Amino acid sequence: MRILEPGPLATIQDLGRRGYRDRGVPLSGAMDQTALRVANGLVGNAPQAAGIEITAGGFRAELTGEVRFAVTGPEMEIRVNQEAIPPWTTCTASGGDILTVGLAKQGLRAYLALSGGIDVPPVMGSRSTYLRGGFGGFRGRALMKGDILAIARTPGPPFPMRRAPSSLIPPYSEHPKLRVVLGPQDDYITPDGLALFLGAEYAVTARCDRMGILLEGPRIAHRFGADIISDGTLPGAVQVPGNGQPALLGADCQTTGGYVKVATVISSDLPLVAQIVPGGTVSFETVTLLQAREITLKREYQLRSFHAAGSHSA
Amino acid sequence: MDGQPTPRILLCGETALSIEFGDAIDASINRRVHALADHLRSGSLAGILELNPTYRSLFVQYDPWELSHERLLMLIEEGLSATRARPAVQRDPVEIPVCYGMEFGPDLDVVAAIHGLTSDAVVALHAAPVYDVVMVGFTPGFPYLSGLDKRLETPRKASPRKVVPAGSVGIADRQTGIYSIDSPGGWQIIGRTPVRLFDLERADPFLVKPGDRLLFTPIPREDFEGLAHS
Repeated sequence: MRILEPGPLATIQDLGRRGYRDRGVPLSGAMDQTALRVANGLVGNAPQAAGIEITAGGFRAELTGEVRFAVTGPEMEIRVNQEAIPPWTTCTASGGDILTVGLAKQGLRAYLALSGGIDVPPVMGSRSTYLRGGFGGFRGRALMKGDILAIARTPGPPFPMRRAPSSLIPPYSEHPKLRVVLGPQDDYITPDGLALFLGAEYAVTARCDRMGILLEGPRIAHRFGADIISDGTLPGAVQVPGNGQPALLGADCQTTGGYVKVATVISSDLPLVAQIVPGGTVSFETVTLLQAREITLKREYQLRSFHAAGSHSA
Repeated sequence: MDGQPTPRILLCGETALSIEFGDAIDASINRRVHALADHLRSGSLAGILELNPTYRSLFVQYDPWELSHERLLMLIEEGLSATRARPAVQRDPVEIPVCYGMEFGPDLDVVAAIHGLTSDAVVALHAAPVYDVVMVGFTPGFPYLSGLDKRLETPRKASPRKVVPAGSVGIADRQTGIYSIDSPGGWQIIGRTPVRLFDLERADPFLVKPGDRLLFTPIPREDFEGLAHS
C-alpha cells in the first residue's frame, strides 16, 4: 500500500507494548482498541495485528494488490475510488484502487485493518508507533506521503465477509458520559471538589493528543495540594494538577506521574475517550469496581466471541 | 507483623492497582516495594500484565479476564508475608562515567552558587555515594535515583528547557537522575554521560532497571569524546 495523503496524523498501531513499563516505556497502541480489534476481526487477523490509526481524516492510499480491508470508528466518509463503502464491514479492493478516509462526522480516529496486518518490524514486542520515543511503527514516525507499507501475507484460513453487529460499536458521542472508578487519590480531593467533578460538564480544549486531553471547567479543589510522590499512571487516569482542571491520560502517557489522580475511566469507555474532539464536552459518573469488572468482562466476551466466529466459519 | 505497617491498596480502575507502602521517599519503603515486585515476578504471572515499582508503591496492571481482583489480592498478601523475612538482593553497582560542568553541565555553577559550594565540591559530593535506582519512568530508561547528599538538594529550574540532551545528569529536589533520550526537562543539569541509557541497537536496550545500584565516576572531556565515539 502506498500512502498518498496521511492527513493530520496517521500512525501504525497495534494493541500496545507490554512488559516494559517498569523501564519507562509507555503502552502506546490504538487509542480506540475496540475499533482496531473489530477491524482486525473483520479481515481475519489476530486481534493484536497492526493497523493504521487515522486521526481527523484526510487519508488517501493506493492499494497495490488485491486485499480485504475494513475501516472502523465513528461515522465517516469512506470511499474506494468514487464508491462510498460502509464502515465496520469487510470490503475488498484491487491493485490500483484508491482508498479515502474522510473526517469523522463526530469523533476523531478511524482504524484501517488489512488482511494479514501491516508488516513492520516489532520493537520490544509491538508494532505500535511511539512518536515521542521515535520507535515502533514505520521507522518510528508518523506516516508520510509516498511511504510504501508491506502487508504480511500469512496464508490463514478463509474468513467470512461480514458486518460488525451494532452491539460491538461503542456509543460514540461529542458529549460522552464516562464511567470511572474513584481512586487512586480521590481522598486528596475535597468533598466539594469531588461533587463538582462528578456533577459538572468539562469542555475539551485544543490540547488533545495521544498523551492526554486537557479539560476545562469548574475548578476541583485539593485537600493537601496537587503533588504526590510520583507513582504509576495508566491510560484513562484522570489527573488533577494544581490548576484544578482535570486531564485525561491517553495511550502514550508517561508511565509514572506526580499529580493527584482522582479517578480512572473504565477500560470499556476508553474508546469514547479516543473520539473526544476539541469543542466537545465530557462528564463523569462513578461505578463500583464490581460494576466496572462486569462491564469489562461482558465487553471482552463480545469481542472474543466475534473474533472466534470469524476464524472458524468460512 | 514485625512492626511494619500494612500497605494500602489503591484502585486504579478495574485493570490496575497500586500497593502503597508509605508516603515518603525513603530507602526502607522502596526496598519493600522492590522485594514484593521480585517476589511476584518469581511466581506465576498468569493475568499480571505489568509490575512497575515506584518510590513508595508497586503498580500492578492485570487482565481481569484472566485474574480476578480477589485472587490478585491473595497473591499480594502471600508476597507480603514471604518478603517480610527476606531482604532484597543487593546488586553490583553500574558505573556511569560523567563529564561534569562545561557545556555538558550548564547548571553546575548555579547549583554550586545556591549552596555556597565550589563546583569541585559539588562534583565530589555527587560522585561519592552509591545510588539506588528507585524507579525508571518519564522516558524509556530514565532512572530516578535516591541517595543524593542533602547538601545538593536543589529545586527544579523556574522554566524547563525545551530540549535536554540524552545522557544529561540532573538534580531535582532530593532526586538525581539521567535523561535517557533528548526530551524537555526542568532538572538542574550538572553533567553528561557518553553512555547510552536507552539504545535500541543493544540486545538489552536498557542500561539499568529498577532495583539496580549505580555510581558516577567523573571523567575529563577527552574521555567523554573518546567514549562517545566508541
